[in-house]
Amino acid sequence: MAASSDEEEDLVSYGRALPALHEGERLKKPVPLQEQTVKDAKGRYQRFHGAFTGGFSAGYFNTVGTKEGWTPSSFISSRQKRADKTVLGPEDFMDEEDLSEFGIAPKDITTTEDFASKSKDRIKEKARQLAGVVAAIPGTTAFDDLIGPSKITIGVELLRKMGWKDGQGIGPRIKRKPRRQKPDPQVKVYGCALPPGLSEGSEDEEDEYQPENVTFAPKDVMPVDLTPKENVHGLGYKGLDPTQALCGVPGREHLNLFPGSSEKTDDLLGDLRHTKGRKLGITGQAFGVGALEEEDDDIYATETLSKYDTILKDEEPGDGLYGWTAPKQYKSKKRFDTEVKYIGKILDGFSLASKASTPNKTYPPPDLPRNYRPVHYFRPVLAAGSENCHLRKTLEESTGKLESDTAQPSRHALNASQRGERLGETVLKGPAPSVLEYLSEKDRERLKEVRKAAEQQMKVKMLPQQSQSSRFQPASAKDAPHKWQMFWAGQLANAGSSDFKPFAKNPEKQKRYESFVQSIKQGQKVDTLEHCLDPNMTEWERGREQEEFFRAAMFYKSSNSVLSSRFTRAKYEDDVDKVEVPRDQENDIDDKESAVKMKMFGKLTRDKFEWHPEKLLCKRFNVPDPYPDSSIVGLPKVKRDKYSVFNFLTLTEPTTSVTQATNEGNQQSNTRDKPKKPSRWDVSDKEKEKKDSISEFISLARSKVDAQQQPPAPKTEECTTEANETPPSETTNEDKDQEEESRPSMDLFKAIFVSSSDEKSSSSEEESDEEPEPTVPATNPETAKQADIPDSSSSNMQANVATTTEPSLPLLPVLKKEPDVGEEFGPRLPPAFSSGTVHQQGPVVPPSFTRPSKKEKHKKNREKHRTKRDHKHKKEKKKKQKKHKTKGKHRNKKSEKESSSDSEDSSDSSSDIDTTGLSPKELLRRLRQLQP
Amino acid sequence: MAFPQPRLAPAELPRHRARSIECGQGAVRAARFNADGNYCVTGGSDKTLKLWNPYKGTLLRSYLGHGYEVLDAAGSFDNSQLCSGSADKTVALWDVATGQAVRKFRGHAGKVNSVQFNEEATVIVSGSIDSSVRCWDCRSRRPEPVQVLDEAKDGVSSVKVSDHEILAGSVDGRVRRYDLRAGELYSDYVGSPVTCVCFTKDGQCVLVASLASPLRLLDKDTGEMLGEYRGHRSSACRLDCVLSERDAHVGCASEDGAVYLWDLVEGSLALRLPVGQGAVQALAFHPRQPVLLAATGGTLQLWDTGDAAGDTTGDAAP
Repeated sequence: MAASSDEEEDLVSYGRALPALHEGERLKKPVPLQEQTVKDAKGRYQRFHGAFTGGFSAGYFNTVGTKEGWTPSSFISSRQKRADKTVLGPEDFMDEEDLSEFGIAPKDITTTEDFASKSKDRIKEKARQLAGVVAAIPGTTAFDDLIGPSKITIGVELLRKMGWKDGQGIGPRIKRKPRRQKPDPQVKVYGCALPPGLSEGSEDEEDEYQPENVTFAPKDVMPVDLTPKENVHGLGYKGLDPTQALCGVPGREHLNLFPGSSEKTDDLLGDLRHTKGRKLGITGQAFGVGALEEEDDDIYATETLSKYDTILKDEEPGDGLYGWTAPKQYKSKKRFDTEVKYIGKILDGFSLASKASTPNKTYPPPDLPRNYRPVHYFRPVLAAGSENCHLRKTLEESTGKLESDTAQPSRHALNASQRGERLGETVLKGPAPSVLEYLSEKDRERLKEVRKAAEQQMKVKMLPQQSQSSRFQPASAKDAPHKWQMFWAGQLANAGSSDFKPFAKNPEKQKRYESFVQSIKQGQKVDTLEHCLDPNMTEWERGREQEEFFRAAMFYKSSNSVLSSRFTRAKYEDDVDKVEVPRDQENDIDDKESAVKMKMFGKLTRDKFEWHPEKLLCKRFNVPDPYPDSSIVGLPKVKRDKYSVFNFLTLTEPTTSVTQATNEGNQQSNTRDKPKKPSRWDVSDKEKEKKDSISEFISLARSKVDAQQQPPAPKTEECTTEANETPPSETTNEDKDQEEESRPSMDLFKAIFVSSSDEKSSSSEEESDEEPEPTVPATNPETAKQADIPDSSSSNMQANVATTTEPSLPLLPVLKKEPDVGEEFGPRLPPAFSSGTVHQQGPVVPPSFTRPSKKEKHKKNREKHRTKRDHKHKKEKKKKQKKHKTKGKHRNKKSEKESSSDSEDSSDSSSDIDTTGLSPKELLRRLRQLQP
Repeated sequence: MAFPQPRLAPAELPRHRARSIECGQGAVRAARFNADGNYCVTGGSDKTLKLWNPYKGTLLRSYLGHGYEVLDAAGSFDNSQLCSGSADKTVALWDVATGQAVRKFRGHAGKVNSVQFNEEATVIVSGSIDSSVRCWDCRSRRPEPVQVLDEAKDGVSSVKVSDHEILAGSVDGRVRRYDLRAGELYSDYVGSPVTCVCFTKDGQCVLVASLASPLRLLDKDTGEMLGEYRGHRSSACRLDCVLSERDAHVGCASEDGAVYLWDLVEGSLALRLPVGQGAVQALAFHPRQPVLLAATGGTLQLWDTGDAAGDTTGDAAP
């Protein structure tokens, strides 16, 4: 508005400009929502209750009631006065507005049918009706009728005078009626017009019977309604069907967009005709189902696409007069043959085949014989008896089974094998197995064992009663076989076929068995049967075997057929008497031992095996699988006889031990008589020897020296070899054994232990603690047992030493208890000593002495293990407690005893020296070398 | 017959006791450096596993969960995990940071003497007194070992792992080398119970310590003996042996309370470190520096070259 004139010209303004505000005028307030009201024609307020709920509410808040409430119709007693039947139409529930000109049911003045012109131009009417159906506003044509002229035109009148009838074409009559001519010939022939639906059906039948001389009026021409489409409705849109909406025809298919089915038009006419007596009402989809309607229309019915045509159909050939609005007859006529065959909807995209497919060939059912009776009866099963054999024969003939299987027993008389034979099954291969065969040799042995034992027991019981029977001859050997033979000989005669080998594992026995069976077959007596038994066996054994054979033979016969069907042979032999053994064994050690001794490492000491790592392990190590195809893991194994002696030999490497033993034996014989127990951990013999004899004393001596001196200062190269070869007497298992065996005389022990007699209370357990110490050659069983067990502390050890005196006496049972020695395997953990003891003892304690503290721990562990094993928990506990007690004591007394122990040690060493035959001088010399 | 490598310069030896730590976990059964040598773990007889900074003597973390003394331990290449073997027959996998046992592998029938990670810490190889070596998978959850190497006739005292080999020393006097790449097992007999085996750094030789016999250096491929080192005392105990950081020296613990170091090539005793009175229970050599860990009794000792002590430890030696 405020723009310059130039701009105004350029601008295009739409709409109306707001009025300029006057000076001083107040702005209009917008009408508040509650004041925005709508009134109807009569000034009543209309309540708008939502576009989706119907717009303005009707009635009183969308009810039929009023503000005052709903008043039902007043009751009228039927006595005095019949209540007039009021048929309520939709109008009864309508507001006045609905009945007004613009309502949904406008009430207008109409001409009733009585007053409508009788003789209507049917053609025009029809056309108009059609147009009306198609028209944008349905029913308009109907209204046209109402106001149509009641007079017929002069042309029509003239035609009629000339003999023209409604529905006929104009022109000369034609001889032959065109087939498709709809407008009914019957009308002419019979002079009365049938309803269109009726005429249609009858027409075709009458076609052929029409006489030759009859002429027909030409085809009526239906004027094409060329109404231009002026609206924006979709093609084919038609409004509310007036006939349905107004004439109240219920149950009608609610929509028929295309009059292709042409019922519509017929209905239009027909309805008009027969709605005469009916009240005008409004029904239809839009109005739902009234409360008083009888039928429940599907008020939610929706239009589905199937109701629409999806293709444009061709126009009728012949007469191009009818388009898609053509009456029904035209179409139906044309499609007659196809439609007869196919009733139903043709799927989208499909069309009916023009050519009917050749019909399937059908074969007629066979002609039944004249005397056929549709009842089956079963023939009686005839036994194979001779009396009715001819009957059987006839029966078989009748069944067409003339093959003479009469000899064969009936199906039910067959056993499984026979049936199988008939069925063509392959007979089980091999000897029919007996149960015995499925048992492993071992199990069989066990069974025998058990039976033997049982028999033995029986015998033992019976012995006192019948003492005359020899102990080794079972009763069964004599009488039982007799009985059996009597009883079973018949059956056994055909039993024991050669393929039954219950004793296949023992060929000799099998042979005996076979001959036994043979002889039975020949009917020999039991006494003579003895000859086929092994004469080397004792009488008792023979008896037993005979019994066994009898049983086997019987068993085979009786169980053969039954069991063979129950069991199947193992596909893969699981060898009971084979065992997997590594293919490659690390060969004997003695060669290697010597090689090691000669320091010839290399080929002599090396074994190389094929070894298959697990695939996953290779993956984890990022290494390609060296044997990608093998399923073996670890060393490849081979199967060997389980009980082969060599197996065990290789497994336990007996050769080495043997050789070692011999070696040792030799050496020992050289040095002194010392039965050595060979062990895997045996160091070379020389070393052992030295260890046994010298090293112990050396260590002893050294400990003594250490006690006097300072702890050994590191001494280097000169002594290395020496020291190496004379390792301190920390005892491995073998050492202990050796010690045991090389134990000195009792006097020595007495000499050693006598002094410390005060500790007698300590238990044997205590002794076990100390034994590994070189000072005390472990002698008594306990010590031997616990050879590995380290000592806790030097003081402890001393105590132990003291205590050992008592138990050292029973020396003999040592060997029996030895197995316990192996409890601790391999090199033990280095001993840990508690710092306290270390400090206390300080430099005085030689290394061998300081060690025990840790060993103590070991011992405890072992104790635990042992307790577990022996189930002597309580006892062990007690012992332990004792031990601890004593230990404590020892610690207290440690300082006091130090000196005494030393002295003892010295005495020990001296005595030892004597026994070993080494001169003290020599020993001292060596010690000095060793001592740092 | 190639000796590992010629000596370039006189290799230094740890002669100087830089630090002595009371571990407070009973006897120290194992002392192991971690992958880079900055830390160490010790396994104690009081069932604990402890992580230390040995240079400062600080305890970093304790790992509790074993039911018996911890006999060996090892750290993973990335220092994120530890594994330990115990006398309670289990092998445990620990998370270093949280101190929790990630897994426990049960299956050994006896004390687990030795444990090792493989290169990528995906497998734990453990040797046990039950004469088997078991390979445990750390990746999957399966409880049973990937493979059991049960060729040993007696307890396995020591296990070492290289990138494609598993070396197991057994009390039956054999050193078995399982070569995964070649799919072969080499068994070398040394005559006496093997207590410890080591690969040299170059992976060409194997150092074998066995009871009552000298330390031996064996050629890995042929099994021939390349060197023999005597002087220490090893009669009954399971003692560790080590190789120095440059393979120049060979070390072994001894029962006389000392650590012996030999020149690898000459075989002469180069040094004897008096560690304590009791046997030296555990021995470990720093992977890159001449630093030695030795444990005796309940103490852990760190030895280094005297001059370098200042650099590494930062304080004076006791």
